[in-house]
Amino acid sequence: MAIKAVRNFLVRVFSGMFGSKRNIKLGFYGPPNAGKTSLANRICKDFTGEEMGSVSKIPHETRNVQFKEKVEITYKGKKMVFKMIDTPGIATKIDYEDFLKYKMKKNDSKKRAKEATQGVIESIKWLDDMDVVVVVLDAAENPYNQVNITIIGNLAARKIPVLIVANKIDLGKADIKKIEAAFPEYDVVGISAKYGKNLEEFYEAVFKIAKKI
Amino acid sequence: MKKSGEKIKGFSINFLPYSEISGLDSTKRIRKILDIILGNSILILQGRLKPEEETRLIEDTMAMIGHVKNFKGVELAVVSGINGEHFFGKMKMGIVNAIFGRDLGAVTIVGPATIVKEIKRNPKKIELLLNK
Repeated sequence: MAIKAVRNFLVRVFSGMFGSKRNIKLGFYGPPNAGKTSLANRICKDFTGEEMGSVSKIPHETRNVQFKEKVEITYKGKKMVFKMIDTPGIATKIDYEDFLKYKMKKNDSKKRAKEATQGVIESIKWLDDMDVVVVVLDAAENPYNQVNITIIGNLAARKIPVLIVANKIDLGKADIKKIEAAFPEYDVVGISAKYGKNLEEFYEAVFKIAKKI
Repeated sequence: MKKSGEKIKGFSINFLPYSEISGLDSTKRIRKILDIILGNSILILQGRLKPEEETRLIEDTMAMIGHVKNFKGVELAVVSGINGEHFFGKMKMGIVNAIFGRDLGAVTIVGPATIVKEIKRNPKKIELLLNK
């Protein structure tokens, strides 16, 4: 324990001297279809030229935890290095029949549902390993959803710094104030991952929160 | 559990005082809750689970989908009595919780997704929408 504390201290001192932080594990959590992968893709595309995963209108497109190592983000002359971890959306119910509405075949829908349930379990298992978490919410949806509250409650219990992103502010129904009212103890940044809107404010908030660890 | 396209034949609402689960470990608590849900009941639990128990409930629910016939998950909501309280109110509740258990002013509602379509909530009210 003491050796680990000394090692962490030295890592912090040296990384501070050279102007960049260590490989901070930055997780993207939230309910399905909130835009976690869209945001992770946007960041990766901006700083590495590559995307992280595929996106779709059909819920549970991300069904495995996805990683991107050593993503160096620069903002206003400062840089930090992150290990980006994009997680499957967390849900309390998954019905394969919901996928049939998207004209998927029955067998494909059942397969997707099975993989999605495993993805939720995998997401939860990874909670303990995060340094910082961005909780991505759909700004056009009601934020008083128990999944959101459970995720944020778990991160708070683990003392993991959280930044809440209100995504899809390009939509007419988007309401950032409702999200701010639901989670008054957290910083909320409104963005559109799809159109790259307000990402400067997002990077500033990520740097601010990453300094806390 | 309801089969696809089949009407709900009936369900019950179970109220569970916190004292019924206070002496159980997390695994038994979750099992007790899921047993009630699998019996086609909506559970209204006094108090709330610990954050890690809430995620455990979700994990166990996910593990059961596909393994328990016609089980599609749960709808879950917690209405907490300490939301919006000022600091000293929270502190006072914290002491009470420490003595008597977990946030006894809260109410946890869990229902099978085949019966409960959605639990709509905002800070001041909660609505259970049932499947037809």
